[in-house]
Amino acid sequence: MNPIHRIESRSVALPTANIDTDQIIPARFLTTTTREGLGRHAFHDWRWLPDGSPNPDFSLNRPEHAGAAILIAGHNFGCGSSREHAPWALLDAGIRCVISTAIADIFRNNALKNGLLAIVVPAEVHASLLEHAGERLAIDLERERIEREDGSAIPFTIDPFARDCLLAGVDELGWLLARRPQIEAWEERRAWNA
Amino acid sequence: MASLTLFEKIWRRHEVEAAREGRPAVLYVDLHLIHEVTSPQAFAMLDARGIPVARPARTLATIDHSTPTGAPDAAGERSWANPATRAQVEKLLANCQRHGITVHGWDSPHRGIVHVMAPELGHTQPGMTIVCGDSHTSTHGAFGALAFGIGSTEVAHVLATQCLLKRKPRTLAVHVEGCLAPGVTAKDLALHLIGLIGVDGGTGHVIEFRGSAIRALSMEGRMTLCNLSIEMGAPAGLIAPDATTIEWLRGRPAAPVGVDFENAARDWLSLASDPGCHYDREVHVDATTVRPSVTWGTDPGKVVPIDGCIPIEADANAAKALSYMGFTPGAAIAGQPVDVVFIGSCTNARLPDLRDAAAVLRGRKIHPRVRMLVVPGSEAVKRAAEAEGLDRVFRDAGAEWREPGCSMCIGMNGDIARPGELVVSTSNRNFEGRQGPGVRTVLASPATAAASALAGAIAAAASTLAEEAA
Ligand code: SF4
Repeated sequence: MNPIHRIESRSVALPTANIDTDQIIPARFLTTTTREGLGRHAFHDWRWLPDGSPNPDFSLNRPEHAGAAILIAGHNFGCGSSREHAPWALLDAGIRCVISTAIADIFRNNALKNGLLAIVVPAEVHASLLEHAGERLAIDLERERIEREDGSAIPFTIDPFARDCLLAGVDELGWLLARRPQIEAWEERRAWNA
Repeated sequence: MASLTLFEKIWRRHEVEAAREGRPAVLYVDLHLIHEVTSPQAFAMLDARGIPVARPARTLATIDHSTPTGAPDAAGERSWANPATRAQVEKLLANCQRHGITVHGWDSPHRGIVHVMAPELGHTQPGMTIVCGDSHTSTHGAFGALAFGIGSTEVAHVLATQCLLKRKPRTLAVHVEGCLAPGVTAKDLALHLIGLIGVDGGTGHVIEFRGSAIRALSMEGRMTLCNLSIEMGAPAGLIAPDATTIEWLRGRPAAPVGVDFENAARDWLSLASDPGCHYDREVHVDATTVRPSVTWGTDPGKVVPIDGCIPIEADANAAKALSYMGFTPGAAIAGQPVDVVFIGSCTNARLPDLRDAAAVLRGRKIHPRVRMLVVPGSEAVKRAAEAEGLDRVFRDAGAEWREPGCSMCIGMNGDIARPGELVVSTSNRNFEGRQGPGVRTVLASPATAAASALAGAIAAAASTLAEEAA
C-alpha cells in the first residue's frame, strides 16, 4: 500500500442519510472473485440510468464534480453489509475520503484498511462543508486536520493505529503476522488452562 | 471482584494482547465462518504473501449467497444466475480443499445459510468469539457468543493468524420486560426495536438484550433478534446463555458430549452479566406495547405496526423513501397490493418460522397475483419441514418450495423481483434495489408474510385467522 499523507481535491456532496452498502455497490456486482474494476459499479443504480447512460441528476456525474475525491456524505454512511467491495468500488471510482456525521462501524473499518479515509465531524462542521460543496479541501492525515479554501482548518481524529499504518504505507496483516509467536504462546497457555 | 458484563467476560477470555500505546487489542477468534462471496479476495491476500491458513480447523465454510435455489435438472445441472456465481462457488471449494478447511458444499447434508448452519450443527457455542465476512454474523450472539461481521481484509487476518486487531466496543443494554402479546413474534420485536433505537443507534456498541421477554424467547427467536442487531447499527448483539440455550445445544453434532457438556454448560451459565455491572447506555422497553410490525421505507428503521399508517413525511429522508416505495403518506399500510412474498433468509428461515407461515396457509390458496418463494435456511431445515409435511402445505397453497440458500434476501443468485414490484419479505434489509433494481421491499414476520400472500396485499395474520374462525 502506498503511504498516505495528504489528499487534496474538490469536495462533492451526497447528503442523503443512511446511504447503505447496497447503494454504494449493489449485490449483483459482488459476483467477482477479485478486488479490481468495481469503480463503474459505485453508486450504480443512482449513477446510471436503466439504459446504461449516466444519470445527469446524480451529483457525482456533473461535469463540475469530475475528479472530486472527497465525498461529503449524509449521516450514517455505509450502513448495512460487511462487503469490502464498498470501499474497493469507491476507491476505484476515485473517492479517497468520506466525511460524515456518522459512519457505520464495519464500513469504516474496511475503508481504513484500504486507504480510504473515513472521517467523522460534528453536525455544524458537516453542514458548513455541505454548504460549500465543491470547494478545494486538503486532508492532512499527519496533523489530523481538514484545510479549507478560506484558510480555516477543521480538526479530526482517526484511529491512531490505522493512521500510523496509512502514513507508513504498511498494512495491518504484516503487523499481525509478526505477532505470531505471542499468539501461539497464548494458544498454548489457554489449552493448558482448559 | 468487579461486576462484569457478559460482553466483558467474553472479551477478556480472548484478549491475546490488550490495547496499548494507541494500537488496538489482539483478539483471538474461536470460530471463523466463510462463504463464497467475501472470501476469495482474502485467500488471494494469503497467496500473494505465500502464507498458509494458520488454524484451518477453526474455519468452517458453506456455499449460500450465490447458489441457485432451483432443484438441479435431470443431468444434475443447476440454474446458475451467471457464470461468475458458479466461478465463486468453485473458487471457494478449491480454496477450502487446498487449505484443509471443512466445507459444506453441494454434497453435504448440512449445507445451509452460514448463520443457520453453524448453530444447527452446534459449532456456535456460548462464550466464543465468532466472525464471518457477513454483517449478520450478529445472529450467533443469541447463544452468548461475541459474534460480528468483518470485511475481506480481516477475513485474511483471521485466516493467517486466527486473530483480529480490534478496538473494544461500548455496551448498550436493551431491557425488554413483560410478555409479548399472542401473535407477536421475535421479528416484530426486532422491527419495533430498530424503529425505536434507529438504524444508527447501536453504532460502536455491542447490544445485550435482557429482560423477561428475552428469556421467554426460543433460541430461534433469539437468533432472529440478534440477527437484526446490525440493523440497529450494532455489529454484535448478545443474550446470556440460560437453560433454553443449553437444552438447544445438547446433542448437536459439534457440541461437547457427556461430562464435558455438563462442565461446559456450568461455565456457560457463569457468563451472564453480574448484578450491578455497568453498561455505557441502557434502554427500557415494555414488551406488552409491541405489535406485529412491518417496514414502510427503504431502511429497516422505518417501521409501523401493521394496523398503522404510513407516516406523513417528516424530512427529506422520509420523503425520498416514500417516493421510492410509491406509498401515499397517511394511507394504511395494510391493504397495499403485494406482488411477491419471500419466506427465507438467516433472519427467518428456521423450522419454527416455516411452521408459523404454514399455519397461516394451511388449506388455503395464495392470491393469484402473488408469486411466493419459500426457501429453507438449510438442508436440515428443509428435511425437517418435509418430514412434517410443511412443503405440501406451501405447494398446495401455490407457493414455490425451493432449495436452501440466501436467495431473495440478497438476490445474487438470480432470485429477484421485477422493477416496481412490491415484495413482502421475512429477510432483514429493505434497501433500495436489495431484491432487484427498482424492487420495493417490506420487511415482516413469516406469519405476516404468509397472510399477505393470501390477501394479495399487506395483511395481518391475526385477521386472517379470525376470519377463518368466524
Ligand atoms: S440470508 Fe441474507 S443476510 Fe443472511 S447471510 Fe444470506 S445474504 Fe446475508
